Amino acid sequence: MTTPAPAPDTVGTEPAHPQTPAPTRSRRPRRSKLPLWLILPAVGTLLVGLAYPVTWQIINSFKEYGLAQQFGQPAEFVGLQNYIALLTDSVFWTIAIRSVVFMALTALITMAIGILMALLMKAVPTWSRIVLQVAMLLAWSMPIVAQMTVANWLIDDRNGVVNYALSLIPGVDMVGHNWLVEPLSFFGVAMTIIVWASVPFVAFSVYAGLTQVSEEVLEAAQLDGAGRAQTLRLIIMPIIRPVLVILLLLQLIWDLRVFAQIQLLQDFGAGGERYDLLGTYIYGLGIGQSQFGMASAAAMVVMVLTIAVSWGYVRSMLKEDQES
Amino acid sequence: MTRTLLRGSGAALAVLLAAVWAFPVYWMINTSFQTPGSINRLTPTFFPTHGTLGNYTAVLADNSFLAGLGMSVTITALVLVVCVAFATLASFAIARFRFRSRGAFVLAIIIVQMLPAEAMFIAQYKMLASANLLNSVLGVSIIYLAMVVPFTTWMLRGFVAGVPVDLEEAAMIDGCTRMGAFRRITFPLLAPGLVASGVFAFVQVWNEFALASIILTENEKATLPLWLRDFAQTSNLGVTEWGQVMAGSVLVAIPVIVFFMIVQGRMAQGLVGGAVKG
Repeated sequence: MTTPAPAPDTVGTEPAHPQTPAPTRSRRPRRSKLPLWLILPAVGTLLVGLAYPVTWQIINSFKEYGLAQQFGQPAEFVGLQNYIALLTDSVFWTIAIRSVVFMALTALITMAIGILMALLMKAVPTWSRIVLQVAMLLAWSMPIVAQMTVANWLIDDRNGVVNYALSLIPGVDMVGHNWLVEPLSFFGVAMTIIVWASVPFVAFSVYAGLTQVSEEVLEAAQLDGAGRAQTLRLIIMPIIRPVLVILLLLQLIWDLRVFAQIQLLQDFGAGGERYDLLGTYIYGLGIGQSQFGMASAAAMVVMVLTIAVSWGYVRSMLKEDQES
Repeated sequence: MTRTLLRGSGAALAVLLAAVWAFPVYWMINTSFQTPGSINRLTPTFFPTHGTLGNYTAVLADNSFLAGLGMSVTITALVLVVCVAFATLASFAIARFRFRSRGAFVLAIIIVQMLPAEAMFIAQYKMLASANLLNSVLGVSIIYLAMVVPFTTWMLRGFVAGVPVDLEEAAMIDGCTRMGAFRRITFPLLAPGLVASGVFAFVQVWNEFALASIILTENEKATLPLWLRDFAQTSNLGVTEWGQVMAGSVLVAIPVIVFFMIVQGRMAQGLVGGAVKG
């Protein structure tokens, strides 16, 4: 390649003054419409599949839209009434707080186990690391519905292997115990399944980060007399911190929006608001009771919450785009 | 001495953890080969030594399974083809051009990935209801497309940027148009990227449960995940046929496991790629 000059219209050559074209770009129109045509199908898809529904949702969260409106009555604007009704409803608060606690606990436990697994993978002989990696890949690739169906079979009250194994402990008889009746136990089961399914992603990502910590740095630390714990805390952790932050954000986002797992557990076990998190609560309001105005307002609350949590991730992605 | 001991116990711990993580998958496969008799025994059967394929033949002969498979294959194929086409064009635009609305578009595809699907169901349901597209392949595919196009575009962008722009310029000097150069030079080099991002889209659409459960409510329109849920709940005189249900789970999971193994190296990179470098 003899000419280092960038191609017309390519990265980083946006002219400051379109009126004065640089001589090298004269071969083609300065402001090509081509990129706009290229993104048109994608933009169209997003407009139809997301922008339109979200706009509808925002508008309807300010409207009275219940069963009567479903049957033809015009939906009237009621201002903030849906939001006020929601935010003064103790049921909503109970479920919102429960969701946030569930999110935080699940994400933190997943991170803790994932990080420990990654450190373990770094420390053990190769063969045992590969055994662990294959096992985790299997767990990771299970479809959610299959996960939940298998979990339900594992904890089956009569023939489930979990109750059988626990009953082997002297003095414990768990046969016939239903894990999905007591709400705390219900969410414990849900959390266990979600942690089981999310740890592989965290472990693999942290492990990938750990392999990028250079040996020289670790040797230097050792020469300076740092112990294992000190090396971990003062050298390794700061280096992989960016990965950990992003992973934690992703876990928080994903754990806030768990819907399928909870819905499926309710389908298998018991339903009702005692077993609800925000996702299933909105679903119940909207699809179950046709309270579309209220459901839209609740959905907006979740959306704002998610965007608040994920803002850091969005910023890091934008940074990545600018660097490339 | 203590070092080897430490490494040994580390290896033991790793194997133990591997067993814990693989156990549900093993148990699914194990149960899928058992007869109802051995499943209903109070002491579980840990190895399918007296295994049977009866559960699989029963599931495969079930018309609702075949209907679900048909729906899942149709929707996944449709979404996959359209998604990869749209995403390739868009990724070319954002990787190769700086244009006025580029920033807004990039911001949009990043933010859209963060929007909780669970908070948009109701609106998407109402939209499809008013367009008479509930219980239709087209309706659910439109939403799925909007769900997978942003991430696929984002992922392909990296692959397009990885192909030196010089190659396209050389082709243009030889008389290709801008698009011609992309199609003839860059596109063939994108194959690994297309496979990787295609698999991501495949897994998402194939596994999707929540939206499908709201939009595809008619029995004959159920996708495989919906079929599996219904199948697990239809008990035979109060007794769930766990052998058949597990066989069904295996059949739903197999395509995903296979595709997952193909791209496993890229799974972690895709989401946290830039984080380590910075």
